[in-house]
Amino acid sequence: MTTLLPAAHPLAPELRAVGGRELAGLILALLLVAAPHALRAPWWVTLLTLGLYAWRAAALLNHWPLPRRTLLLLITMAAVLAIWLQYRMLFGRVPGIVLLVLFSGLKLLETRTHRDAAVVAFVCCFLLITNFLYSQSIPTALLMVAALAAITVTLVGCSAPGRPLRANLRSSALLLAHAAPAALVLFLLFPRVPGPMWGLPQDAQSGVTGLSDTMSPGNVSELAQSDALVFRAEFAGAIPSPRQRYWRGPVLWDFDGRNWRAGPALLIEPPPAPQGGRNYRYAMLLEPHQRNWLFALETPAQRPANANFTVDRQLVSVLPVRSRLRYDMVSVADGHTEVHEREALLRRALRLPDDYNPRAMALAAEWRRDARDAEDLLLRAVGYFRNAKFSYTLEPPLLGRDAVDEFLFVTRSGFCEHFASAFAYLMRAAGVPARVVTGYLGGDPNPIDGILTVRQSDAHAWVEVHLAGRGWTRVDPTAAAVPGRLDFGLARSVPAGAGLPLLMRPQLEWLRGLRHSWEALVHQWNLRVLGYNPERQREFMSWLGVEGADWRDLAVALAAALGAIALLLLAWSLRRRARPDPVQSAWQSFCRKLASRGVERWPHEGPRDYSERAAQRMPGASDPIRHIAALYVELRYGRERPPERIGELAQCVRVLRLA
Amino acid sequence: MLRAPRPNPRLLNWFYGFTPPERGAVLLRHRRVYIVPTRLGWMFAATLGLLLLGSINYALALGFVLAFALAGIGLAGMVHTARNLALLSVSAGRAEPVFAGEAAQFRLYLENRARFDRPAILLRHLASGAQLVVHVPAGALTEAVLAVPAARRGRLALGRVMLETRFPLGWYRSWSYIEPDAGCVVYPRPERAPLPPAGLHAGTGAARALGSGNDDFSGLRGYQRSDSPRHMAWKVFARSDNLLTKQFSGDAATELWLEWEQLPAGLDTEARLSRLAGWVLAAERTGARYGLRLPGQDIAPARGDAHCTACLQALALFGTP
Repeated sequence: MTTLLPAAHPLAPELRAVGGRELAGLILALLLVAAPHALRAPWWVTLLTLGLYAWRAAALLNHWPLPRRTLLLLITMAAVLAIWLQYRMLFGRVPGIVLLVLFSGLKLLETRTHRDAAVVAFVCCFLLITNFLYSQSIPTALLMVAALAAITVTLVGCSAPGRPLRANLRSSALLLAHAAPAALVLFLLFPRVPGPMWGLPQDAQSGVTGLSDTMSPGNVSELAQSDALVFRAEFAGAIPSPRQRYWRGPVLWDFDGRNWRAGPALLIEPPPAPQGGRNYRYAMLLEPHQRNWLFALETPAQRPANANFTVDRQLVSVLPVRSRLRYDMVSVADGHTEVHEREALLRRALRLPDDYNPRAMALAAEWRRDARDAEDLLLRAVGYFRNAKFSYTLEPPLLGRDAVDEFLFVTRSGFCEHFASAFAYLMRAAGVPARVVTGYLGGDPNPIDGILTVRQSDAHAWVEVHLAGRGWTRVDPTAAAVPGRLDFGLARSVPAGAGLPLLMRPQLEWLRGLRHSWEALVHQWNLRVLGYNPERQREFMSWLGVEGADWRDLAVALAAALGAIALLLLAWSLRRRARPDPVQSAWQSFCRKLASRGVERWPHEGPRDYSERAAQRMPGASDPIRHIAALYVELRYGRERPPERIGELAQCVRVLRLA
Repeated sequence: MLRAPRPNPRLLNWFYGFTPPERGAVLLRHRRVYIVPTRLGWMFAATLGLLLLGSINYALALGFVLAFALAGIGLAGMVHTARNLALLSVSAGRAEPVFAGEAAQFRLYLENRARFDRPAILLRHLASGAQLVVHVPAGALTEAVLAVPAARRGRLALGRVMLETRFPLGWYRSWSYIEPDAGCVVYPRPERAPLPPAGLHAGTGAARALGSGNDDFSGLRGYQRSDSPRHMAWKVFARSDNLLTKQFSGDAATELWLEWEQLPAGLDTEARLSRLAGWVLAAERTGARYGLRLPGQDIAPARGDAHCTACLQALALFGTP
């Protein structure tokens, strides 16, 4: 007796060899997702990974055998060792990603079956999501869509080997189209959890540039060469004039002769709102910068949720800004603050290191001797800056130990931090409490949506002095020395072409127009897609009519929406039952007619035998019965199906009368 | 010995959504199409979970988009996998008789009335493991032949067949059972044995070559397709183009009775049937007229394909209801 052993399952993924076309699709998907990483990874990793991909492609084209396991293991161990040597760790963010990029190539080299191909597809997904740690822009999203499409086509191709590519493309497109509604519903309704759930690796957010809590000569001018976005502000009503666009950031108190430092941030209850200025209401959309401070137009009059005022009217967030943050603000222009400042703070605002900058000390002493009061002294200082023919440059010369002296009397050229530092130094030396404020000056209103964009190149530093009876008063020595900086921005204040970011150059107006449209789009993207957070989710739910929705409401809404989508898809799959073949339906109606007269077709009876039997049983109708059968055989099994013959068949069946 | 309780067959029929055997074409309604995730599907689910965790932890809005897009593909893929099988119409065709030990060729016709094609559908005969993968184009009727080993003589019912597909993603396995009303007659395995002596009864031991019965030439008659070439009148054909067959006299010598009772008493039923089947084939080869005598059933002597088939069928179905 012969019994067959249960045969191998022909649909099992580990047994189905992956086809050349699918492998090509996989390599394409890998190239798409690895490209952004390759630009960042060490050059040897990029080369090695590309080499591994090329090796697999060559093996496919030339039918080479794939390398042995041991060889791959050796390459893997060597690569891991090299990565450890480069980074001195393996599980940080950057080495982790680099390892993943390498493993994608190694896994590709042992991809033989459908199952391996699926593993590579999943690796593609991980490479995609790690790229989002660096960029979540619109082009990145388009890259993701392209990679997802390539992955889907590959998976479909693996499931149906030998099917024409066009058919696979159609199946994939349909699949993706059907996936879109569920993805949208999940995006809108999946309960979002704020903040990280566990500690981020040490280097989770490296390479982000921006202001810091120290200022030394040269570090603001470095920022000025960066086009990176800092925040956008959307004003309800009028936009402040360029002279008023001072965006307050870290306030620096402590000077050590070279660097200004913020010192400890002392939190206070919200101070009373400044009086006497114009109110501006606006919404801020701040890019993540990994620090706690929040920027606001001077002078902020309220604090956003989860943020506090410090003693120097800075806004600091409870948690570092790790994702794009939106907050509503009210600011008062031209207000004076803290007329009665704490004594300890005023003492701190006068402190200077000993034995530095003797010439500046002498100048300050001279002013102090001559001036009637603090205000007169201030006017003299501003006048000095205005008349001393300072030049404003993005490439300031390096300064030595007595940096303030060298700047004031030797080089006489610098960027805002040189002006602010020197001015605050002189004020303190002359006995007027002073502090340095860093932040941004300016902002480019987009003519398309009216939203103000502030970039790193707008970074600025100015000074606040405390005057009796007026409180802290803003003085911008840069504006005194270089008046154009205030009204026309950085671009018209430095000599033409001196290392400015390309798009700030005035010659490229048309490019700016294009850029404005693009930025309006990017702003919507940031606001609606990337900035979609628990708060937006609540707003969306209240738009749907559910006020104060918590995660339970969201879960219910999500389940209902997904259920509805699943039912719709199911209904669609039921609906697509094509209309029956007219020949077949005519024949079936003929069989039903005969069966009602007691001549039922036996399961294995062909049309000829059946009609012959029926004709003999019903001699009165034998001619039409035979005619119908002949027509049916001709249409069902013949080569051609003329429509008029189909009509004739249907007509004959309809008029058939049985005794 | 502990045995699992046998489930009630009617409950099972209700569960599977049909009562076997099914006559005519079987439409795979959604009710009887099942679906579960495959191992790849679970791997995909784990990937999805990791992507979601990463997106939450690093507050990656695009990570959410990616994870949710994959989840959407997973949901749509489930419906598409079930759709690849659902509403397919399956009917069974004729299966030609075979001898025991050979494979019965069961023909199944898969009719796709939809406007989309149905790739990579596996048909698997559960009892034997016979299987093949077919692709059913849109609006087409595709024939699939399952080679089911026929071990025993008698009537072989096709039994349960599973249809399975994993298209389009391989993340789900969708399947359905059918049990069409299809059967195949399995003849006894023929035993190679010398023919019994003509006209004599078993047990006499007298051996007379059957061929000698052909010696007494008695005349010519028109050729029939079943006639042995050895009996054709080639000389007449060469002269006149008339295809004639030589006839021989002596009924006792040329009429052979293959009898159950002739066989040694020690043989069991199956062995007897095997030997008789071998005799039928041998007798048909020699061109003799032969009859078959089974307990309770006689087939009068004749020759030709139809007669041979009738004899073999009688042997195949001997003792079966």
